Amino acid sequence: MSSSTANSSQPLIEISRRPGRIQLTYWQGVRRRLSRDPISMGCAGILVLMVAAAIFAPWVAPMDPYKTSILQRLQPIGTAGHLLGTDELGRDMLSRLIYGGRVSLLMGILPIAIATLIGSAIGIVAGFFGGKTNMVVMRITDVFFAFPSVLLAVGLAGALGPGLVNGLVCLAVVFTRAIIRVAESATTQIRNQDFVEAARATGASASRIIAGHVLTNVSSLILTYASSLIGVSIVLASGLSFLGLGIAPPIADWGLMLNTLRQSIFIAPVNAVLPGVMILIASVCFNLLSDGLRTAMEVKP
Amino acid sequence: MNSVSATTERRARSLAGPRSHVEEDGPVLSVHELKKYFRLSSGLFGAARGYVQAVDQVSFSVSKGETLGVVGESGCGKSTIARLLIRLIKPDQGRMFLDGQDVDAPNSISVRELRHQVQMVFQDSYASLNPRHTAAEEVSFGLSAQGVARSEARRRANEVLDFVGLEPGVFADRYPHELSGGQRQRVNIARALAINPRVLILDEAVSSLDKSVEAQVLNLLIDIKKRLGLTYVFISHDLNVVQFVSDRVLVMYLGKVVEIGPVEKVYRSAGHPYTRALIASRLSMDPRRRIAAPPVAGDLPSPINPPSGCRFRTRCPIAEPVCGTKEPLLAAVGDDPLHVAACHALAPRSGHSLAPQPVSRTASPSGA
Amino acid sequence: MTADLLRPADRTSPPLLDVRELSVRFGFGGSALDAVSGVDFQLALGETLCLLGESGSGKTVTMRALIRLLPPTALITGRVVLDGIDVMALDANRLRAMRGTKVSMIFQDPLTAMDPVFKIGSQIAETVVCHDGLSYSAARARALEFLELVQIPSARRRLDAYPHELSGGLRQRAMIALALSCRPKLLLADEPTTALDATVQIQILLLLRELQRKLGMATIFVTHDLSVACEIADRVAVMYAGRFVETGTISEVIDSPRHPYTIGLFGSTVHSGTHNGPLTPIPGAPPDPSNMPPGCAFAPRCPRVVPACNERIPELAEFEPGRQARCPRINEEEHS
Repeated sequence: MSSSTANSSQPLIEISRRPGRIQLTYWQGVRRRLSRDPISMGCAGILVLMVAAAIFAPWVAPMDPYKTSILQRLQPIGTAGHLLGTDELGRDMLSRLIYGGRVSLLMGILPIAIATLIGSAIGIVAGFFGGKTNMVVMRITDVFFAFPSVLLAVGLAGALGPGLVNGLVCLAVVFTRAIIRVAESATTQIRNQDFVEAARATGASASRIIAGHVLTNVSSLILTYASSLIGVSIVLASGLSFLGLGIAPPIADWGLMLNTLRQSIFIAPVNAVLPGVMILIASVCFNLLSDGLRTAMEVKP
Repeated sequence: MNSVSATTERRARSLAGPRSHVEEDGPVLSVHELKKYFRLSSGLFGAARGYVQAVDQVSFSVSKGETLGVVGESGCGKSTIARLLIRLIKPDQGRMFLDGQDVDAPNSISVRELRHQVQMVFQDSYASLNPRHTAAEEVSFGLSAQGVARSEARRRANEVLDFVGLEPGVFADRYPHELSGGQRQRVNIARALAINPRVLILDEAVSSLDKSVEAQVLNLLIDIKKRLGLTYVFISHDLNVVQFVSDRVLVMYLGKVVEIGPVEKVYRSAGHPYTRALIASRLSMDPRRRIAAPPVAGDLPSPINPPSGCRFRTRCPIAEPVCGTKEPLLAAVGDDPLHVAACHALAPRSGHSLAPQPVSRTASPSGA
Repeated sequence: MTADLLRPADRTSPPLLDVRELSVRFGFGGSALDAVSGVDFQLALGETLCLLGESGSGKTVTMRALIRLLPPTALITGRVVLDGIDVMALDANRLRAMRGTKVSMIFQDPLTAMDPVFKIGSQIAETVVCHDGLSYSAARARALEFLELVQIPSARRRLDAYPHELSGGLRQRAMIALALSCRPKLLLADEPTTALDATVQIQILLLLRELQRKLGMATIFVTHDLSVACEIADRVAVMYAGRFVETGTISEVIDSPRHPYTIGLFGSTVHSGTHNGPLTPIPGAPPDPSNMPPGCAFAPRCPRVVPACNERIPELAEFEPGRQARCPRINEEEHS
């Protein structure tokens, strides 16, 4: 073995150590890339408007959404006093759409949020520990996956009965299984990488490794997937209420409105379609935003 | 320049820290008949289809302050050995001793304590550092995991980064993608040093670096070893690098130890036919003296179903029937008891036609 | 002034490959980066040229640019004439016809370079049918002939093997057979032995040497490993930051490297001769292609740098017949 003392007088410090451009952290980079994407920003803007309108509905809506009027039934768009016309019971469409946004958007976002929390926890644990734990968890998830999502939702909603909370619960169950799968596969990939082995080699406990290493790497994957599900959830929730499960009238909800306006489709087709248009806009915006998020997150730094 | 080295020397001593009780005259680390087979499962409920015999009856020891090089080609088990030494994998059989004390045995050193003393430097693959952690975060993670307070861990991380040549002011908050390969490898080294180990296992630590950067990191490793009084187990497929850094070398083939000895002796006059072929496979640096014929024909057999007896016999130029029936034990090469090779042609009374006449002295089975 | 070209081995006939001012640029405008700048060389049949450099030196991009095997975002300029054909002017169909027949390439990882769902015999036969127009049975016979040529044991049985069923060394041989099956005049090898074990690597290198002698091809070999160049090259071109910095026959460059980068590279390479002395690494790291120094690319790391080095990029000058170096200071001091 060699190494004379001449070596120790050599500087250990690299010569090219100029600070260079100060890089952003990963999330800052994501935010910046996202903000430069016009489609994502456009969709985000629309969604912000929708959510704000929903939250501030009592102040934004021009009229009472429950006030019926036999005389003013199915008025077309542009009628004086009813910007978007009225529905089959004479209620102002615009107000109902705004109030409907409350329920529909809630049914879109909240189940996904719940599913993400619970599904990630289960998936990460299954992925990290592998072996028997993994097998048990994933095979149970497979059982849930045996049902198509709509059928599962309908079945659960039928069993639980109507109501907002029940609707939330069955939607959350439907989406949890997908999140479990994504979380588990992402964690399994991360688990085998050298830096996790290094963390184990330094004696870190499993919970510390999960919190410190696994979460930081899988969160972007899970978030991307979860955000793409919001649009699906809105449509599914609307579908449930269209079928008469979930929300009951006279609560304003886009899916429910589609159902009740169904009979008027030949008489006043535009009115009948309006709630569907809202569902379409909302889910498309969420999907495009999720796409933009995925692109922004996927950029290999 | 003088003041810089004085400060670094002081830091080096402070990093060296208090040493735990050491048996001064025994080896620092030794393994005895380690075995690790990996199951290949298939079928409905994962029935075993076969075993990858990754490591089979491996014994060796490492003395304090030396560098033991481990060479071999793919499938020889050297990476598995690395992970066994730091107990990322549990062996199926065999024992490990740290300072003479049995690891993971009741009333003896636990794996946790082992990891305070023995750390690993990984290959600079893309995934050797968490892409979402800064250099300082990555280095201080191990310390926090061992209960050190966050600010203290951070301070120590900066100290270690400085020690490996990365100025903390510039590099501590950089992410892996903002570092060059050599810099990333320094962070790998810093991460291992932060815990204050006595032994470093280096698993292909310079293999994925460019040649000019490889030289920098090798110099750094040699320097660190001297300053901190460390012991190295240097695992690599690169024969030249192993020759450069090691005192002794251990040659593996398909999960078995085939030769151990002082590095110059092994490289110049190897005892085992495989070692000879491996050394002869080194490409020459002289275009006028090119290699004319390949030293060994054929490809490496699969470690799933290795040949019976001596595992090298299918490619060995001096293989005889006895090689297929009996596994060779480590026997002395020449007069030096420290240089041993597992070949029937070296062991008296083995039945091999080239075996030497029996002498009164018996061969020692391990390299210690 | 454009530098003189490498002297071809066979002076009587025109060179097989004639490359002038080859440059490759990725991206546009301010964020463009020049992966390769102004590469000139010639190659004759039967000659082996080694492009030696570290990662980021542009060696692989140079080789791929010769057959335009780069993503569409790459802008390739310059002139490449292969066997009398102007490669840059070919349309897509004729380019495709040329690849595989006149020129072939072998890669570092044979597993991804071959289609995993087809047997190797049929992959080779398909190539032969497509390019040489033989019948399938004749093509299979040729496939067998080449598998035997690359010394694959039990070649007849291996015709029906899938790539993943072969070991690394055998796969590499199969890929060589695939590349040579249409008898190209030029073989491009992109670090084909880097991922192989030592004992297998020497087998493959010797095989390539022998095949080249037998078939009389010209070869361009890309590698970062100096010892590989020693084993296989006739001529070597050392690349740094997208440019040739030193050229010459392998013996000349090994015996007396002139460019400071080459000298530094040799000094920092670990080999059997270095175990008695310390390594002298080159400080710093290769430059970022998107942020190149204004003058000589090696100046930030060069032990012989003077202020003039940072002003302009030096020319590749021929200081001896057949020997070039891109440094104005090589004749000013004795090389050590």
